[in-house]
Formats: sequence, C-alpha cells, structure tokens
Amino acid sequence: MSSPARTTGSDPYVALQATPEFQSLRKKFRGFVFPLTAFFLAWYFLYVLMSIFAPGFMNTVVFGKVTIGLIFGFLQFVTTFAITFYYAKWMNREFDPEADALGASLDHDKGH
Amino acid sequence: MATLTFLAPAATAVGNPTLNIGIFVGFVVVTLGIVIKVASGKKTAEQYYTAAGAFSGRQNGIAIAGDYLSAASFLGIAGAIALRGLDGFLYSIGFLVAWLVALLLVAELMRNTGRFTMADVLSYRLQQRPVRIATSVSVLCVSLFYLLAQMAGAGGLVSLLLGVSGELAQNLVIAVVGAVMVAYVLIGGMKGTTWVQIIKAILLISATAIMTVWVLAKFGFSLSNLFGGAIETTSKSSAEATAKGAERLIEYGVQYGKTTTTKIDFISLSMALVLGTAGLPHVLQRFYTVPTSKQARKSVEWAIWLIGGFYLLTLVVGFGAAALVGPDKINGAPGKQNSAAPLLAFELGGSPLLGIVSGIAFATILAVVAGLTITASATFAHDIYKEVIKKGSTSQDQEVKVARIGAILIGLVAILGGMLAKSQNIAFLVALAFAVAASANLPTILYSLFWKGFNTKGALWSIYGGLISSIGLIIFSPVVSGKPADPKTGLSPSMVTDPSIDFHWFPLDNPGLISIPLAFFLGWLGSKLSKEYNAEKYAEMEVRSLTGHGVAEALNH
Repeated sequence: MSSPARTTGSDPYVALQATPEFQSLRKKFRGFVFPLTAFFLAWYFLYVLMSIFAPGFMNTVVFGKVTIGLIFGFLQFVTTFAITFYYAKWMNREFDPEADALGASLDHDKGH
Repeated sequence: MATLTFLAPAATAVGNPTLNIGIFVGFVVVTLGIVIKVASGKKTAEQYYTAAGAFSGRQNGIAIAGDYLSAASFLGIAGAIALRGLDGFLYSIGFLVAWLVALLLVAELMRNTGRFTMADVLSYRLQQRPVRIATSVSVLCVSLFYLLAQMAGAGGLVSLLLGVSGELAQNLVIAVVGAVMVAYVLIGGMKGTTWVQIIKAILLISATAIMTVWVLAKFGFSLSNLFGGAIETTSKSSAEATAKGAERLIEYGVQYGKTTTTKIDFISLSMALVLGTAGLPHVLQRFYTVPTSKQARKSVEWAIWLIGGFYLLTLVVGFGAAALVGPDKINGAPGKQNSAAPLLAFELGGSPLLGIVSGIAFATILAVVAGLTITASATFAHDIYKEVIKKGSTSQDQEVKVARIGAILIGLVAILGGMLAKSQNIAFLVALAFAVAASANLPTILYSLFWKGFNTKGALWSIYGGLISSIGLIIFSPVVSGKPADPKTGLSPSMVTDPSIDFHWFPLDNPGLISIPLAFFLGWLGSKLSKEYNAEKYAEMEVRSLTGHGVAEALNH
C-alpha cells in the first residue's frame, strides 16, 4: 500500500475531499450508480418472485412453445447488456474527464 | 495413457476414453508450454499475485469469463436445463445479473484502492491486523468451498468419460488435476494462470457455440421447435413421472414452487447468487491484473458480454440434450445430470466431438482451480505471512516463496477435500460458496467503499458474523443431514447419507436469506458502537477510489 508522500498538517486528500468539485463528482457518481443498482435488483427479484409465486402467469404461452416466463428471462439478459453498455458510455463520457482532472490537480498541487 | 485406460471397461464408456484423455493431455501440454514460455522465471510479489497489472481490459475480460464459467456453469447448468427445463435457467440469470453489482459498485473502486489482495481494500482505513486476519479467514473459506466444488466436479467427470465409478480412478484424476493446477501456479504465477484462463474461455465458448448452432440447425433455427422436440423426447421417457411431466420443461416453478419452504429457499438462493459474485475473492483478484480502473471497467464489460452470451448458449445446449439425448440416457449415464452436455456432443459429432468437449470440461476445471489457488496463496503470503506475522517487513523473495508454499498446501487440501466431496452436486456446492461470499465479504466491501461511518468493529462483526452464520446455518441445514431417504437406496441425499442421523433444524438449503442481511446489520451495529474514525485515511481512500489517484505511481515504482 504505497501512498504518495504528503506533508503533515494540511493533508492534500482531506483538502481535495472538501472541495465542491470533489463533492459534486461524488454526488454525480452515487446519483448514477445507486438508482441503477436499485433498478436492476428490483427487476431481478421481480423475475425471481414471479417465477415462484405466479407460475400461472409466467407459463402463459405466447406462441408455439414460448412462454411469458421465457421472454421475461431473456429480458433479464437484455437489461443486463443494456445497463452495461449505458454505464460504460456514461462513465467514459461524463465521469472520467472530471475524475481525471481532479486526480491530476492533486499531483499538480504536490509539485510546488 | 495405458495406465489410465486399463481402469476403464470400454464397453460401458461413452465414446473413446483414450481420445478423451488424449485431448485433455494435449491441452495440459500446450498450456504448460505456453505458461513456461510467457511466465516462467523469478517474480516479484506483484508479478506473482497480479501479473503486475500488465493485462489489457479485453484480455482480462476473457480471463474473467474463463475464471467464472466453471464446470458448474457448463456441465451443471446444461444438465439442470436438460432435466428440469427453465428452472435450471434461473441459475444462469442470477449468475449473470450478479456482474452488474461488480461493474457498478465494486470493480473500479477496488482497482483504485487495492493492489494485491481483497484485504488491501478492506483494511485500507481500518486497523490493519484484525481486519486482515478476518478477511484472510473469509477468503480462505470461500476459496476452499469453491475449490472443493471444482475438484468434486473433476471426480464426477471421470466417471462419465472413462465409464467407471471406481474410487481409485476418480481419486487418481483428482490428484492429477490438483498437481497440474499447482504446477501452473508455481511456474506461471498470475500471468501464467491468466493465459490458461484466456485459452480455456475461448475453447469453451467456441465449442458451446458450435454445439448450439448444430442443435438449432436440427430444429430449423426455431427455439419453439427445439422446446417441442425436448418435450416430445421427454414424454417418451420410460420413467412414467418424467414422461407425464414433459410439458413442465418449459414451465417455471416446477422444482422450487412445490412448497412454501422450497419457495423461500429459492429466494435465498437467488440472493446468494446475485450478491455473491462481487464478493468472490478470485473474481476480485482479477481486477488487479489490469493497470487502471478504466481497464477494470472494460474487463467487466467484456466479461458480461461473454458470460451472458455463454449462458444463452447453455439454454440451447440443455434443451438440445433433452431433445436429442433424452432423460433416460442422461439419468442412466455415470455422471447423471452433469453428463448431459458431453452426451449431446456424442450424439451430434460422435467420439471426436465428445473428446473435444470432455477435454474442454477438464480444462475448465483446471483453469478455475488455478485461479482460486493463486488467490488463496496471495492471501496466505501477503496478508497472513507478510502483514500479520512479519508486520510488513519481509523481502519480496521470501514473500513469493511463502506464496508458493501456500499454493502447494492449498493444492493438497483441495485434492484431499475433492476426494471426500466427489459425490456432491457441483452446482450446489458452488451456490454455497456464493452464499458465504455474499455474507462474509460483500457487506464489508460495500461499507468500506461507500460508508464514511464504517470502522474496524463493524468490519469484524460483519465478516465473522457473516461467515459464522452462513457456515453454521449450512451445517444445520438439510444439506448436511436429515433429507428423507431415497426409497430405492435407503440413503439420504444429504452429505450425511445415514438417514438415522439428523441434526438439522434450519429448514432451507441456502443460508443467504438470513446470513446476508445479518452481516449487513452487524456491520452497521458494530460501527455504531465504536467511535473509531480516521478522517485522513477516509479522505485518502475516497479520493483515490473515485479519481484513481496514486494507482499509476504504485505501478511504476
């Protein structure tokens, strides 16, 4: 666990953590991942609960041998792939530039 | 090969045992050659544990798929789908959705704050020694559970491929698998292990894709026709109950919907599956093999595409086995449900395809156990030996040496445990490992990454509470004792097969429903009861976790 050298007294991490830029980055990150997590967990457990408590509905045939439950199962794959794609895109575009800039500012401050 | 094949009465074996073993030996020789070429020689601790973060996100994503798609995924799930239809599919979905927890909440932040092991992150802003000890205990427990499942799988596989269920042959194969896995780890460290996993993932996914296309081609590329075929074959089963219930293959709630207990048990299992992945030490260790959090993100993206794609393929393989092989042959084979996929390969492509699929199934076990061994040995050497016993002062050479000794010890335990556990159901043992990981590891990981008020007391209560409650509930569950005896054999399907010994009082097979919330609660309560708080360390951890600051410096030293 090597941590960058720092002067005693004013800790650069504590200082950066207190800045409005960092607070807004943190808020932005949590504001994005927490609701998304709540959504996919709720959606997953809805599927789990339906498959054991509402088998009649899940086993309704849509066409041929394909049931609502099977489509519901495939939709879990679709949402997982979609969330993965959406998250990566958001992080690359919205989060990384700000996070990188803040990280770099720490090195810059240390330099002088 | 002669020494192995003489054990096999060829008449009862499916396909050609010599060919099956030949392909497996071929895989071992080729991969060992690659491991020696790319990764032999002296290593720093960092190279040994994490390949010094030198892999790209894409390479690591493929390796993650190789690490995660275990024999339980391939043989266990395909077999469960072949015999029980969509109920088996529920496992796949839990195993896949779980990756979103890793992607959104864990992978990148862990990459930014840890370097060698899971305990690096958990002990970051807490008291080093007690937290490292607790984390190490939990890492070793989860890894051993998972290892036993894989080794038991190796034993089951040989009974199918050699057509024997003799103790000696199975134990011999378990010992060989254990020895080869230790060789990979000793020679190649994390770099060698990663390449083995990459090769295995490509082979496994390709072979499954070929079988899928082959099956679909036989049914006019219509899933509905495939299901119809599966139902038709199953309805001709000689077992009356199976034949009558053929339609149930495409129905939910067959196995888990029977009683209130089975329903609650299924919720418990689902919780363990979806929350367990992001607490599996060998999965977390893989995030350290890439240089930055962006590459960790890319790793998980790749892993999700590959793992999700693979589970879709196993659905077709499972129904294909039901349609083309049928429940009678699957149940009559030595490996029972675990033999569905190999039997389908034989049906489609005869002995050559069976040989390829069997060889890949062995390779799968090998790659997964190597990943587990390296993770457990890193914990053994880095957390227990270096940080706890030597208090951080030991030479790199000495640390790597201890890690290698650890790998050998873990290999021995896995071999012996695998010989004892070989009759257990693989998918089921893996599900228990997930339950322990979700209870003992995940709450502490999330708290230390996201909750300011978390402290040492909370961590210890959560880790030990989750570990003791999950393992304790398993011991007193029907898994270990007290399942009603099978009328045919007079033996109980529990681990204790004597039906007169019954000490179970916990009704569920899976402890997750109780132990996971309990571990979260204990983590909260313990933290509230302690005043410990280190503002500087908290700031350092939070800033680094989000900005990735310091990661590059740690690597370029």
